[in-house]
Amino acid sequence: MQKLQTLVVDDEPGMRLGIRKVLSKYTLKLPDVDEEIGFEVDLAESGEEAIEKIGANRPDVLLLDYKLPSMSGLEVLEKVRAEDSEMVIIMITAYASLDTAVSAIKRGAFDFLAKPFEPAELKKTVSKAVQNLILARQVRKLEREKHQVRFQFISVLGHELKSPLNAIEGYLNIMHDRIAGDDLGSYDQMIRRSQVRIQGMRKMIADLLDLTRIESGQKKRELSEQNVFTIAKTALETVQPSADEKGITVNLNAHDPIMMNCDSGEIEIVLNNLLSNGVKYNRENGKVDLVIKKNKNLVTFSATDTGIGMTKEECDRLFGEFVRIKNAKTRNILGSGLGLSIVKKIAAMYSGSVSVTSTPDIGSTFTVTLQSDLPIS
Amino acid sequence: MTKAATKKTILLVDDDIDFLIQTEAVLQKDGFQVIRAESQKEAEELLQNIKPDLAILDLMMENFDGGFALAYHVKKSNPGVPVIICSAVTSETGMQFDASTEEERSWIKADLFIPKPIRHEQLLREIHKLLKD
Ligand SMILES: Nc1ncnc2c1ncn2[C@@H]1O[C@H](COP(=O)(O)OP(=O)(O)OP(=O)(O)O)[C@@H](O)[C@H]1O
Ligand SMILES: [Mg+2]
Repeated sequence: MQKLQTLVVDDEPGMRLGIRKVLSKYTLKLPDVDEEIGFEVDLAESGEEAIEKIGANRPDVLLLDYKLPSMSGLEVLEKVRAEDSEMVIIMITAYASLDTAVSAIKRGAFDFLAKPFEPAELKKTVSKAVQNLILARQVRKLEREKHQVRFQFISVLGHELKSPLNAIEGYLNIMHDRIAGDDLGSYDQMIRRSQVRIQGMRKMIADLLDLTRIESGQKKRELSEQNVFTIAKTALETVQPSADEKGITVNLNAHDPIMMNCDSGEIEIVLNNLLSNGVKYNRENGKVDLVIKKNKNLVTFSATDTGIGMTKEECDRLFGEFVRIKNAKTRNILGSGLGLSIVKKIAAMYSGSVSVTSTPDIGSTFTVTLQSDLPIS
Repeated sequence: MTKAATKKTILLVDDDIDFLIQTEAVLQKDGFQVIRAESQKEAEELLQNIKPDLAILDLMMENFDGGFALAYHVKKSNPGVPVIICSAVTSETGMQFDASTEEERSWIKADLFIPKPIRHEQLLREIHKLLKD
């Protein structure tokens, strides 16, 4: 059970003790929280004592009498709020006028209780306040986690960008110092490798731009009814040169037309990634088949290749950012590991999904299923 | 330059092809013969037929600690051969270790640990120190 620290501030001993009696036996269960919540109650009889206790041990919940002997409840409220925005504060007031309630809530109280009140009323008000508190905490936690993920992303990105720069700089220094003497073949190799690393970096930057465009939501999506057969044709043309280099055949197996509401740029990104992977992770003279089917409001794209395949464990990791499978078969294949994470994000934007089945050395099938009837812009 | 027959041989193992090409060029310029391997497995196969005078090994290749396993392998078949482990682990993971204390030397079968990115002059200096020439 999670215990919330609760401080009751009232100059009437009966009121203080009464509230403690009720709350220390009270537990509540919130819909989205696994744990039960209980209360650990402490007491203060004046504003000064309350400030001192809050300074020493910050409560989660504060029940604060409006009318206190020297320092008033409102003063305490203002002082606490100035330093703490998270604590939930409930004002207790004998003058149940709307005015006092409004002025307390304006100064940051969550709610108020009018004296005299029944235990049931107390419980109801506290329970509402606690729900609010827990919800606010969950939101903050999520935000922190999001921040953390962002931070990790940037630090990995920094590393991924530094590594080609280091390699290229290393080659330039070696060439500058003529370390290989007059062995021109050796310099040719260094120039070629530098070009390859620059290409890889360019691809990564292009992927990053795709990713930020998708994530920021800044550029308006242009959803309109499109023939995905035509989009697929374009994607096939894009991958053709690299397929030719390895003697790979790329086939499109689909009806013309297949209509769906989409942003053609997004669908092209998905298909480019599936096809380029199908070619990159294939063997010489292999094959990639792209099959597109429509069933009711779902369009399914599946790309099957005759390539290196993956183990079950490798398949599970694939869709994360910068994830690349490192083994002897993939060593000389360039990539930034962003492609499939982008595909996954786009699929989510169409209430869809991505999955993979694969057998090592036989091949893989990546399947993307998208909803075809999103409302058009 | 020394005659080919008296050149000392260095086994260089790393899965980063650019590191291999660059380090090989630097070592060759300094008069060493270099044998390259791109994986732990390839290196283990090579070691059945060659006796290098020194080995430079990457730490993380196809296995997380491939360099350590390989260092053990080298030391077992060639006890006197110095081993240098080169790795980016410190810059990547913040992990800190080197082979300077007895305790570390007892389980890391390497004579020296150099973090990447390495400086070529430093590498050469350390190699000559280890080869005592
Ligand atoms: N068709 C495939 N066959 C085998 N392995 C694949 C296939 N597609 C992806 N993979 C594995 O999944 C990893 C992640 O793929 P992803 O497309 O995200 O990145 P990448 O191809 O390495 O880089 P890029 O961002 O340039 O696409 C790849 O590094 C590869 O190991
Ligand atoms: Mg890819």
